Amino acid sequence: MKYLDEYRQEQLTRKLLRDIESVVTQPWTLMEVCGGQTHSILRSGLDQLLPPEIELVHGPGCPVCVTPLELIDKAIALAASPQVIFTSYGDMLRVPGSERDLYSVRAAGGDVRVLYSPLDALKIARENPDKIVVFFGIGFETTAPANAMTIVQARNQGIHNFAMLVSHVTVPPAITAILESPEVKVNGFLAAGHVCTVMGYWEYEDLVEKYQVPVVVMGFEPVDIARAILMAVKQLEAGRAEVENAYQRSVQRAGNRKAQEVIRQVFEACDRSWRGIGVIPKSGYRLRPEYAFYDAENRFPEVQAIKAEESSLCISGLVLQGLRKPNQCPAFGKECTPEHPHGATMVSSEGACAAYYRYGRYEMSSNRSEALA
Amino acid sequence: MTEKITMSSWTCPIALRNYPTIVMGHGSGGKMMSELIRHLFLPLFDNGTLAQLGDSAVLEIPTNGSGPARLAFSTDSFVVHPLIFPGGDIGELAVNGTVNDLAMSGAQPLFLSAGFILEEGLPMETLGRIVNSVADACRDAGVQLVTGDTKVVDKGHGHGMYINTTGIGLIPAGVVIAPDRAQVGDVVILSGTIGDHGMAILSVREGLEFETLIESDTAPLHELVQGLLAVTRQIHCLRDATRGGLGAALNELAISSQVGIEIDERHIPVRPAVQAACEILGLDPFYVANEGKCVAILPREQAEAALAAMRAHATGREAQMIGQVVADHPGMVVARTGIGARRVVDLPAGELLPRIC
Repeated sequence: MKYLDEYRQEQLTRKLLRDIESVVTQPWTLMEVCGGQTHSILRSGLDQLLPPEIELVHGPGCPVCVTPLELIDKAIALAASPQVIFTSYGDMLRVPGSERDLYSVRAAGGDVRVLYSPLDALKIARENPDKIVVFFGIGFETTAPANAMTIVQARNQGIHNFAMLVSHVTVPPAITAILESPEVKVNGFLAAGHVCTVMGYWEYEDLVEKYQVPVVVMGFEPVDIARAILMAVKQLEAGRAEVENAYQRSVQRAGNRKAQEVIRQVFEACDRSWRGIGVIPKSGYRLRPEYAFYDAENRFPEVQAIKAEESSLCISGLVLQGLRKPNQCPAFGKECTPEHPHGATMVSSEGACAAYYRYGRYEMSSNRSEALA
Repeated sequence: MTEKITMSSWTCPIALRNYPTIVMGHGSGGKMMSELIRHLFLPLFDNGTLAQLGDSAVLEIPTNGSGPARLAFSTDSFVVHPLIFPGGDIGELAVNGTVNDLAMSGAQPLFLSAGFILEEGLPMETLGRIVNSVADACRDAGVQLVTGDTKVVDKGHGHGMYINTTGIGLIPAGVVIAPDRAQVGDVVILSGTIGDHGMAILSVREGLEFETLIESDTAPLHELVQGLLAVTRQIHCLRDATRGGLGAALNELAISSQVGIEIDERHIPVRPAVQAACEILGLDPFYVANEGKCVAILPREQAEAALAAMRAHATGREAQMIGQVVADHPGMVVARTGIGARRVVDLPAGELLPRIC
């Protein structure tokens, strides 16, 4: 398929891998920020083909994984209300709340629907004037423009029986939090290409300056990934720390201004709790006061009181920080599997634990030399 | 600036281990369904025939003459929504699905039963169209519908119509095809492109409009199988890759035979429109349902002849050799990826969940 096959070419990927091997002289740890990238790396097996000096750690960029337990519980409470049609992206349905997940709500008679676009929620709202349609507005800067646009459309079209349960998170504060942590040893970041498509990469320039750490904007196909790793390693080996763009076919420095505009129009920055991590200041979006009418937590004040205590039995907080690999968790593949997830990182296909489980269960490191031959 | 966070205090939720009720994932052809079968149904109906977990049960019926007759016996229920979709409808699917389950043990399908569960309010015209299509599919597959049942349920139940079909077929002498017969050294052949049915259904169900219409691949496979059997009787395993897709079919065979299966991603045919739709939705075509595709495992010496026989048939024109059976990693399917690395192709967990971004 055009624009995909070219970037999945074996020969080109191999050439880039050989280039990485020829420039690398010492161990480097790189974090791919986005869960979609983790998924792609493990699905293609690219990690097995990298020289042993390069270690990839998997960052907190899976929206499903970082949505706090409390929000899931609120979603479940809303979905269980007979007054509500609860709509969500698909992979939120199996994320465990304190007691059950959205699937179980549906099994118990709740009206829970999977959508591919939040705009479809408005159509459902028009068709069901006696119900309130709630959309689960989660995700990074990637889903924010469409969610914001849905709010704008709801207002323009005078749709009143629509609300959004918002739990948006943003990437740069999370990277800063990781850099500020004394325990984390990440030498460079591979930034999420689709987040940068929306937001641009100017946001990282101060961060690179301050922490002297390379940031390379990375795409999602093997050639994109190998190329970004090569650029990051070259910077590290030369002692440089810059923002570079390895995903030019989609990303420009300024990003998509229209998308940023609609985000700014509808959302404002707020402190946000990350599941398994804790509160990171100014790391999320909430609806601006002028759109408070569409805030599901305002519309259903009873859910505001819902609080949830996160358990300490699962180490996904450490996984999301790159401090542990999923298979270093004692529960990995034993008590915790995709069909019985203990943590959200095992649920979403973007979750590092699920990706490890799905693609990495079989230890294939011994094949590295054979594969490279 | 962000205040410092102590990583050691970072925690993650522990949650549900089991579902107290049935959820959609239990019907998805993946691990949740397999657990339900292995932990609830198998122990209660403990018998060797069921324990085979083949697409159809193989029954030996004593005869007066030369040895027992072997019958293939299978049942399947169809709850697809919408009832009519690009490339087919629930009626055609209900016939082909059971015909294919019978064909997967090498049987010539002979007789079908059909149970129709109809929702109050279903337009007579829709019912007429679907029953006509049941009749057409029976004629095409050379089977007779010999017994049936009709029930009507209250409006709001039954999604228009559900159909159950049960079938009986006769297995030719000398043909022994079962999920536990894969041998190290065998080859794995796939009869054509994957993912067509699942993506056809998903695209109409979700109102996704692609430039190219994706059509279901629903088709009877018994003639393809008869064609295979005409060139070699040494077919070890056949599996139609329905719910759970190719990924589930291969895993089930690897587990039943306690062998490893190695496939090459680059040899697996996927239509560009299906690939594109999967890319958009973040789904893996390996796990998307098919209704007219099967996997055959047979000795390497027969590979060329088998492939030629499949390609000679309309439903196997795009057949490909996709891999082999190995002694390594028993019970596990490993794929050579597009860039030449390797990865595990696991059983899907529950329902396929489209990714957020």
